[in-house]
Amino acid sequence: MSTIKEIQDEIIEEFELFDDWSDKYAYIIELGKKLEPLDDKYKTESNIIKGCQSRVWLQPDFKDGLLYFYTDSDAIIVKGLIYLLVRVYSGQALADIASEPPYFIEKIGMQQHLSPTRANGLASMMKQMKLYAIALQAQNK
Amino acid sequence: MSQKITKQSKLSLESIRSQFPVLERQVHGKDLVYFDNAATTQKPKSVIDALVGYYSGYNANIHRGIHSLAEEATLAYENTRHSLAQFLNASSSDEIILTKGTTESINLVAKTYGEQTVQEGDEILISCLEHHSNIVPWQMLCEKTGAKLKVIDINDQGELDLDSFEKQLSTKTKIVSVTFASNALGTVNPIKDLASKVHAVGAVIVVDGAQSTSHFNLDMQDLDIDFYAFSGHKMYGPTGVGGLYGKRALLEAMPPFMGGGEMIKEVTFEKTTYADLPHKYEAGTPNIADVIALDAAILFIQKIGYENIQLHEEELLNHATTQLMNIDGLTMYGTAKEKVAVASFGIESIHHQDLAILLDTYGIAVRTGHHCTQPLMNRLGILGTTRASFAVYNTIEEIDTFIAGLNKAVTMLR
Repeated sequence: MSTIKEIQDEIIEEFELFDDWSDKYAYIIELGKKLEPLDDKYKTESNIIKGCQSRVWLQPDFKDGLLYFYTDSDAIIVKGLIYLLVRVYSGQALADIASEPPYFIEKIGMQQHLSPTRANGLASMMKQMKLYAIALQAQNK
Repeated sequence: MSQKITKQSKLSLESIRSQFPVLERQVHGKDLVYFDNAATTQKPKSVIDALVGYYSGYNANIHRGIHSLAEEATLAYENTRHSLAQFLNASSSDEIILTKGTTESINLVAKTYGEQTVQEGDEILISCLEHHSNIVPWQMLCEKTGAKLKVIDINDQGELDLDSFEKQLSTKTKIVSVTFASNALGTVNPIKDLASKVHAVGAVIVVDGAQSTSHFNLDMQDLDIDFYAFSGHKMYGPTGVGGLYGKRALLEAMPPFMGGGEMIKEVTFEKTTYADLPHKYEAGTPNIADVIALDAAILFIQKIGYENIQLHEEELLNHATTQLMNIDGLTMYGTAKEKVAVASFGIESIHHQDLAILLDTYGIAVRTGHHCTQPLMNRLGILGTTRASFAVYNTIEEIDTFIAGLNKAVTMLR
């Protein structure tokens, strides 16, 4: 499995192919359509991360020392961005998830979506992923 | 674009737009198309210059000093109050309280008139259309006093259901608080009719004027409403300033809101007496600069004239609505017979946030989401809408650009 850093650098390279916003968003929308939809049974109150504009659901799964994430959103661009976050962080070690920041977001020009405004659940979701990793680390000590 | 704003007007759209520096902006390399006017309007140079002029020329604290700068600042501040009194046809400028905006004004009424008058078992009537700022202060009042909050329903067009209003209005009702124009749907409510029915049961009517003052003429004498709350920043004026109109007799009988300097006559540790209207409700140093600049916004509106503003905005709304209805899978929300220039809609299987993000990349600013009207969204069975809201400086060409952008975005997202 590639490291968090390696995957982020891959993504940055992929996005360098795009010249303008239209192409970037077209690609992100494509990724959003690729994201495996989350089973309705995981769309619970405890899994929902509410934003002002869109909703995000996050289902963690801790297996054999690695933390996996299953997510969904009702907005497609957010889905595309969470597809990328899942690609980076899912199936990685707890210590890495807890410590590695998602620097690729800024490098691909999408930092406004991770800003801690109420507008979307993305920043909160990122925070929640980290919190799961930290909590599990504490549990396993 | 030297076409006249309307056939009657001497003013051209170009001359109006040229007064707004921000309209020169580009966003992501495209010309800005600003359709978020219900959230806040842009400011003409005269308003911006008034702010700079105050701070550069005669900044001083008001109502207290003898020196020239203090005199000039005080005159300019009070001049805005007089302008507002004329603008709204209040019977006196004592009936104009300067506040931070609509939200503060409504809270002021709830805390003073509300707490003084409302008792356990009394009822407060609001509508399904209301912005959170015209819901929460009344909920807080009900919690404090044991009064009950009731809600006027709407019909499928987003108009007030007058049957629902009549059924819930009774001698138990002490306060009715409704918006003049809905920020989410654009519906204009029949405030004059509502006011007379409210008075017939011995209650008072509070009107949320945030969305009305930039669009049509307000005449407090003709409407006979008891309280009218409004915001400067939604009528081409600065943020952080607004006002509350209240009938003199009511304002005089109400207890003060915030305590401190300016709102007093005499202070001793044993007892303090309060100032007369309007200063009774203006504690502390106010937002002097922005109050002064607000006068420039009033003049801007008066120079164009409400009749021209209404005609132009109606043309914009009709054009936008017609174009929007051509889009496959689009639902218009808010189809009242009488509306201000707000077009709210949803598109099947497309999330409004995605639309907003893509429209932004084309330089187009719209608002999406629940518009601070969560109960209304619940009533409509939706999570939010996409809202394009127009102002006097918007153009038909801008609407065409918006529609083209919208179609492009929809294609990308489907």
